[in-house]
Amino acid sequence: MIDDIIGTVFKASVAASTIRLATPYIFASLGETLGQRSGVLNLGVDGIMLMGAFFGYYAVLTTESLILGVLAALFIGGLMGLAMAFISVTLKAEQGISGIGVYLFGLGMSELLFQEFVGTPQSVDGFPRISIPGLSDLQFLGLGDIFFNHNLLVYVAFALVPMTAFVLNRTNFGLMIRAVGQNPEAADAMGVSVTRVRYLTVTLGGMLAGLAGASLSIALLNVFQQNLTAGQGFIAVALVYFGGWRPYGVLLGAMLFSFVNALQLQIGISAPEIPSEFAVMAPYVVTIIALMFASKRRERPDALTVPFERG
Amino acid sequence: MAKLSTHKTLIVMLILAMLSIGLVPTAFAQDGPFRVAAVAPSATNDLAFSQSMFDALTKIQEELGEDNFEFVFQDGTFIVDDAAVALRDWASSGDFDLVIAHGSQFGSILEELAPEFPEVSFAWGTDQNTFGLDNVFAYTAAAEQGGYINGAIAAGMTETGVIGVVGPIEVGDAKLYVDGFVAGVAATNPDVTVNVTWIQSFSDVPLATEAAETLIANDADVLTGTAQMVVGPIAVATENDLPWFGTQSSQADLAGDDGVLFQIYRWDVVLKDMIEQIQNGTLGGESFVISLENGGIEMEIDPDRFGDDADALAAFEEQVNALVDGIVSGEIVIFPDEAAEPAATEEVEG
Repeated sequence: MIDDIIGTVFKASVAASTIRLATPYIFASLGETLGQRSGVLNLGVDGIMLMGAFFGYYAVLTTESLILGVLAALFIGGLMGLAMAFISVTLKAEQGISGIGVYLFGLGMSELLFQEFVGTPQSVDGFPRISIPGLSDLQFLGLGDIFFNHNLLVYVAFALVPMTAFVLNRTNFGLMIRAVGQNPEAADAMGVSVTRVRYLTVTLGGMLAGLAGASLSIALLNVFQQNLTAGQGFIAVALVYFGGWRPYGVLLGAMLFSFVNALQLQIGISAPEIPSEFAVMAPYVVTIIALMFASKRRERPDALTVPFERG
Repeated sequence: MAKLSTHKTLIVMLILAMLSIGLVPTAFAQDGPFRVAAVAPSATNDLAFSQSMFDALTKIQEELGEDNFEFVFQDGTFIVDDAAVALRDWASSGDFDLVIAHGSQFGSILEELAPEFPEVSFAWGTDQNTFGLDNVFAYTAAAEQGGYINGAIAAGMTETGVIGVVGPIEVGDAKLYVDGFVAGVAATNPDVTVNVTWIQSFSDVPLATEAAETLIANDADVLTGTAQMVVGPIAVATENDLPWFGTQSSQADLAGDDGVLFQIYRWDVVLKDMIEQIQNGTLGGESFVISLENGGIEMEIDPDRFGDDADALAAFEEQVNALVDGIVSGEIVIFPDEAAEPAATEEVEG
């Protein structure tokens, strides 16, 4: 049995599965990282993902245009992010509660729209797999299949990690985000518009959450159903904490969580004598354990969830 | 004399009227329409569990007419507390002749609620437990029957010798279906391997999709699955052009020509029995099982599978019918080893 498990861990298909599973988490967690680094907690990520998933899906279903699908998901995600920003920044509502409200709105509205405009689940022609020339054929350790044989949104998600890290750590805009999340009064005194920065980050976060939903409905699953995300948005929020509010930390968390998920699917086949309940529990147990060890290197923004009051 | 004649005429008319009432189907023999309210954990078009009940109620309404049968259907109540609110409202309103909790996670709610409303008839499934209450019906499906047929056919289609199954939680009709499927494969070709992945969720489409991808990566070239999350695996099957076998409802629209055979739940068969009993004054206390024998389970061949090839379709129909007849007649014993026969287990659907 131990041999089965070890063999499973190093299976190329598990690694490829890990990368596919991690994609929506990376989009959503990176977006949430931007918002939280500026001091806004958005618990409505899952609802925004659902709306992004539906709008992206519906756009592709009706127009057969993948670009329009992505744009639709970005648009609705941005709109919901804007709404969340208005509630939490302008109205200064309690962020946790308002985030749950946004989630419930997305859950119900996406279902309603689906019933009204689509009805029965239909598959769409989503993003096809793109084999990177010269790399997808790499046989060594199955690297070709693991890294270079995915759909476009998978590559985009992974490319966004260094880009987000760069923006956060190497640009003026990133400096403003961090300043606003760490000490909004000081940032305000330096002439930074706390409100504008928070609006921008939460809206951007919404757009990425919408894209996370679209990555499911028009790239990985190519179908829409009620509550399609199955709570992935909440995991994405947890991954921000796990990742210590850093893009590479978020990537690590998404990969770890997805790896254990992929592993449990493979173990069900390679070692069926292990009860599936234990295997399914594993990703969550690993996440909790990892969070315990990650706690020491946290960079929690001091002003997270705290509304800014000038003067 | 004329008066006596008038009386006789009235008496005769009264008798004729009473007789004619007796001749009318029982579903019509009440004041106003028969009214049903139902909760279900997923959407009415989930191509699986909830849709099977919605389709059944729709079918009964079509048969009896909207004037004689009305129903309300609250779908998407995967949050049990939401379902509890709806069930209590319906029961206390007194507007409904039958209140259905479609999903075994609602069992505990019903066990608590039903004694408070002894004049209201409740039904729930899939399970066989009526809690010893006179106003609770229970219903379940002999899902192993269609599972066996699907497995027997699938065993003849695999070229790699590996078949993949995406299961939700190893309980209830999902377990029966998968056990029946495995038995059907083993009876047809014991050399075929059946890999079963239980994802521990009825609704996690992303995980079910990845489970299907993993099964294919492990050489499966025929797929099946049960519960509402199968829309993901079906999409994977169609993307990879692999045969798909389904259960609970028809999935032909989504599976296209990759769909092969679907086990269809016809809950209307047992619902009609319940309606008749309620109209006769019995509000519960009995459990029902839909099966091939009573017509509550039907096998549907995907109409797109064979296109215009009538001969191939006829041959396939013959193969399916032979299996159906074998099970109905008892010639085919799905679980020959009595000890291995899966017991009815508490189900958590949704």
